[in-house]
Amino acid sequence: MSDQPQTRTVAFRGGGFNPKPIRMIGLVVFVVIIAIWEFLSRIGAIPPLFMPAPSQAWSALQNLYTSGLLWVHLEASTYRLLLGWSLGTALGLIVGIMIGLFSVARAGLIPLVSAIFPIPKIALLPLFIIWFGIGEGWKVATILFGVFFPTVIGTFGGVDNVDRGLIRMGQSFGLSWWSIVRKIILPGALPAILSSFRISASIAIILLVAAEMIGAQYGIGAYVLMAGNLMATDELIAGVAILSVIGLIVATLIGRAERYFLRWRR
Amino acid sequence: MNLHINNLSHYYGDMEVLSGIDFLIEQGRIVCIIGPSGCGKSTLLRLVGGLEQPTQGDVLQIGSPPEGSLNPLTYIFQDFALLPWRTVEGNVSLVLEDHALTPARREEIIADVLARTKLSDFRKAYPRQLSGGMKQRVAIARALAVSPDVMLMDEPLSALDSQTRELLMDDLIQLWTRERFTAVYVTHNLNEAVRLGHQVIVLSRRPGKIREIITIDKPIEERELGDPDLERQQKRLWDLMRDEAQAADMELADV
Repeated sequence: MSDQPQTRTVAFRGGGFNPKPIRMIGLVVFVVIIAIWEFLSRIGAIPPLFMPAPSQAWSALQNLYTSGLLWVHLEASTYRLLLGWSLGTALGLIVGIMIGLFSVARAGLIPLVSAIFPIPKIALLPLFIIWFGIGEGWKVATILFGVFFPTVIGTFGGVDNVDRGLIRMGQSFGLSWWSIVRKIILPGALPAILSSFRISASIAIILLVAAEMIGAQYGIGAYVLMAGNLMATDELIAGVAILSVIGLIVATLIGRAERYFLRWRR
Repeated sequence: MNLHINNLSHYYGDMEVLSGIDFLIEQGRIVCIIGPSGCGKSTLLRLVGGLEQPTQGDVLQIGSPPEGSLNPLTYIFQDFALLPWRTVEGNVSLVLEDHALTPARREEIIADVLARTKLSDFRKAYPRQLSGGMKQRVAIARALAVSPDVMLMDEPLSALDSQTRELLMDDLIQLWTRERFTAVYVTHNLNEAVRLGHQVIVLSRRPGKIREIITIDKPIEERELGDPDLERQQKRLWDLMRDEAQAADMELADV
């Protein structure tokens, strides 16, 4: 040891805890998993009945397309999904905003929402069929009710979280009640409302399939149920893949909406 | 228009926060209110502008605001209170949209106040892109847009670092020498009080009472950083407040 004090660089111990988006990695994961799956099926490691190869599911999808039924199923499903989700969201927004703004609505409706939210809407199916008819009505109603409650809760939570300082500012400049709601409260609640859309859209897809499996002639759920009954696992996988794609499209659209409406946040 | 704070007391539940406050705010003068934390000075300001209702007493307007004043009593807030989803011009436009103005007139007002606060180049910027000092200038521009008769400023410089505070104080002094606005200026910073106030009202700790009203005669535009006269005034204010501030600091905050 010399009398020179020892010199070394201070070890880096910061960094991390900051996940960043990396493009394409998601796609690569998909491709790799499907490739391994296909490979294992081809060499016979996965028996076809146990789990069909991706290529078989793909040809089932092509058959569905050439038979023309793909559009019939998709049209039926999209109609129910769009109608049920839009109506449920519209009603949920109205009720959620009322709970956020008015004491009477808050006191009266929050307990009701808490009581009805946890009921599986599928359990009420027989009633829905009686109330809304045996055709499309009960399916749309199931989705509507499933979407309504998370939207209500997300919306009034968003309204509650709007900075009171901004509302007081609006009042101090003599803005009308309606202006304060429209220009301060609603934009302030929008981030929470958009995240509740993510949840309600997933619930809508789940309930759509459930309803179609219980009683529908056409629709992705009906197609999947039929495939299951015939043990046509390739068609089953094809149907499930369509649902995944619908889920991805919905998530992308909401992501786009967030980026557009919340561009002030970034 | 003068404002008379008429024997005003205020309670939160059973707790008295302000007690027998009585003073006059004269046209064209800046009244600073200082006091230890929790003495109710921000509450007093909210009462003056009608954002809260006093339990006793009232705030009287003597005379009427000048023609063309869209919002006679206008606040400037400590946290700026800008809408993050609106640009600089959108934030100014917000307070004009409820008034019957032609689009051309509104545009004219926005351009004018942004020029007066040196913000013309930042019209399309969002608040998140601006520094604290710039945000407060946007808030000042917004206040000017409604041609206020009395500005009610709630610690407007307290969220800023000391250099920015100094710069913005210069801006405020310039603005006052040009426009001679009336203002109630709440602060805990004694230096701001002696630099900007024609009168400094010292409140005691809770329940806030007026301990003393000090008048500073030196014209505002002649006051400078490090002025010995002002240093003396500031020292005197601090002597008045020291014990109160210490006692307030030792209180349990369970308001």
